[in-house]
Amino acid sequence: MLQIYCPYCKEERPELEFRHAGEAHIARPADMKSISDEEFEGYFFIRSNPKGIAFERWRHVHGCGRFFNAARDTVSDKFITTYEAGEPKPDAAELAAKSGEADK
Amino acid sequence: MRKYSIFAVAREAMRGHKGWPQQWTSPEPKKQYDVIIVGAGGHGLGAAYYLAKQHGITNVAVVEKGWLGGGNTGRNTTIIRSNYLYDESAALYNHAMKMWDGLSQDLNYNVMYSARGVMMLAHNVHDVQGAQRHIHANRLNGVQNEWLTPEQAKEYCPPLNISKTARYPVMGAALQRCGGNARHDAVAWGYARGAANRGVDIIQNCAVTGIRRAANGAVEGVETTRGFIGAKKVGVVAAGHSSVLMEMAGVQMPLESYPLQALVSEPVKPIFPCVVMSNTVHAYISQSDKGELVIGAGTDQYTSYSQTGGLHILTHTLDAICEMFPIFSRMKMLRSWGGIVDVTPDRSPILAKTPVPGLYVNCGWGTGGFKATPGSAHVFAHTIANDAPHPINAPFTLERFRTGRLIDEAAAAAVAH
Repeated sequence: MLQIYCPYCKEERPELEFRHAGEAHIARPADMKSISDEEFEGYFFIRSNPKGIAFERWRHVHGCGRFFNAARDTVSDKFITTYEAGEPKPDAAELAAKSGEADK
Repeated sequence: MRKYSIFAVAREAMRGHKGWPQQWTSPEPKKQYDVIIVGAGGHGLGAAYYLAKQHGITNVAVVEKGWLGGGNTGRNTTIIRSNYLYDESAALYNHAMKMWDGLSQDLNYNVMYSARGVMMLAHNVHDVQGAQRHIHANRLNGVQNEWLTPEQAKEYCPPLNISKTARYPVMGAALQRCGGNARHDAVAWGYARGAANRGVDIIQNCAVTGIRRAANGAVEGVETTRGFIGAKKVGVVAAGHSSVLMEMAGVQMPLESYPLQALVSEPVKPIFPCVVMSNTVHAYISQSDKGELVIGAGTDQYTSYSQTGGLHILTHTLDAICEMFPIFSRMKMLRSWGGIVDVTPDRSPILAKTPVPGLYVNCGWGTGGFKATPGSAHVFAHTIANDAPHPINAPFTLERFRTGRLIDEAAAAAVAH
C-alpha cells in the first residue's frame, strides 16, 4: 500500500485514506461549446499515461477531504513530491534528478 | 512441422522422447519484413498466425521485449465468456467464443478450452435487473446466457453459500454455459508454434525503442535493442505499454495503465466445477486443472507500470470469497502477481488503423483481453492484411473518442470487467 503525504494535513497517511483522481494539470476549456471535437477529445479522453514521472491528483477523502497534486514515478510507484492544488507544475527533469539523488 | 498425435506420442515413447523438434526457433532479425507485430502475447502471436495462415503473409516478425507469453497472457485468470451488453461487443467477443471451440484442432495444440460455464451472481434487486437485461440483450444477439435461481446456482456450483442470512445473499445468477477457461500459456505457445512453422520470425528479448517514419509520415520500421528492422506495416499489440509505443510514432492515446492482480491457492482435489464472478462484491474464482483456486482481484486506483499492486486489493477480494464460499476460509494462498492493463475511457478495446499510414493498433483490452484472444487476433490480421477493418472490429476505432460513438461497456458493467 502506498504511503502518501498530504500537503494540507502535513502528514504521511496510508493510501486507504486517499482517492486517486486522475491526471493533474488538465485545464477545463473555459468555453466548452466553442471548442472543436479534436480539442474536446484531447481534454476529455487523451491521457499522457507516462512510464516515469506522472503528475496526478489525489483527494484525501478520509482526512481533510481536499484535492492536491503529486508527482510519482510510475515504475517504482514512489512519490517524489506532493503539493497543494493551484501550485504550478514542477519541472519533471528537476524532479527526476531529485528522485535519483534520493535513491543513492 | 511435426504433427502432434497419439501416434507421435507412441513413437516418441519408444525412443525416449528424443525426437521432438523445437516448437519454434529464435532467429536473428532480418533487415526487412512485410509486417512487424510488436508484442508476443496471445493477441500478437495470433495475429501473426492468421496473417500467415489466412492471408498468405509469411514474411512477418513478432518482436518481444521479454519472453513470449510473459506479459498479461501469462498473468490473467484465463476466463472465457462473451456475455457483453452492446451489439458491437457481443459480435466481437462471440466471434472469439466461436473460435475457442475448435482452436485446439486448428492449432494442433491442446489449449485445454473447457466450457465449464461462467456464472455471474446477483446480490440485490439492482443486480437481478441488470443481469436479466444482459441475458435478454445477449439472447437477441445470439449469445448464450440464462437465468438461474439461487437453488439452481447452488446445484451448478455446490460450494456456493446461498443462505438468506449470508452477508452477500445470492438472489440469482446469470450463467453462460459455453464460457469457461483455457490454458493461457498453451494459447501463446500454440500460436507461436503455428506461426513459426509458417515462416514467422519470433524475436524475443528485443525491445522496440522507436518507430521510424518516412518523410510522408508512413511507417518505415522499428528501432530495437538489436538494431533497426524495416517494415511497411507495424501492428502494436503491447497491452499496458501501448501508449508508450504509440507515443514513439507521435500518436497520443486515450489509455491509462493500471496494475491488476491475481493469486492462486495451494492445489487441492477438484472442488470447484465452474467459474463464478460477482461484480458487486468483487469476487472472481475458478479452479485450474492443476487444482489451484485461481482468483482475480481488482485494479489499483493509480496508474502504474510496476507489475505489482497493493496487498489490500487482494485481501478485499479474499474477504468476499470467504463470505460466499466459507469452505475456502482456511485455504492457503500460494502466489500473487500483477500485470499492467491498458484501460480505455469506455472499457472497450481499440482494434484499428491509426492516423499514421502503416501503423495499426490492438489495445485497450483493459482487465479482460484473454477471452478475446482468437477473435481479436483474427480480425487484427484482417485489418493489417487489407489495410481496412473486418466488419466485426470496424466500430472499435481510435476516432470514436472524437466522434463520440463510444461502446460504453464501462457504464453497462458498472465495474472493470
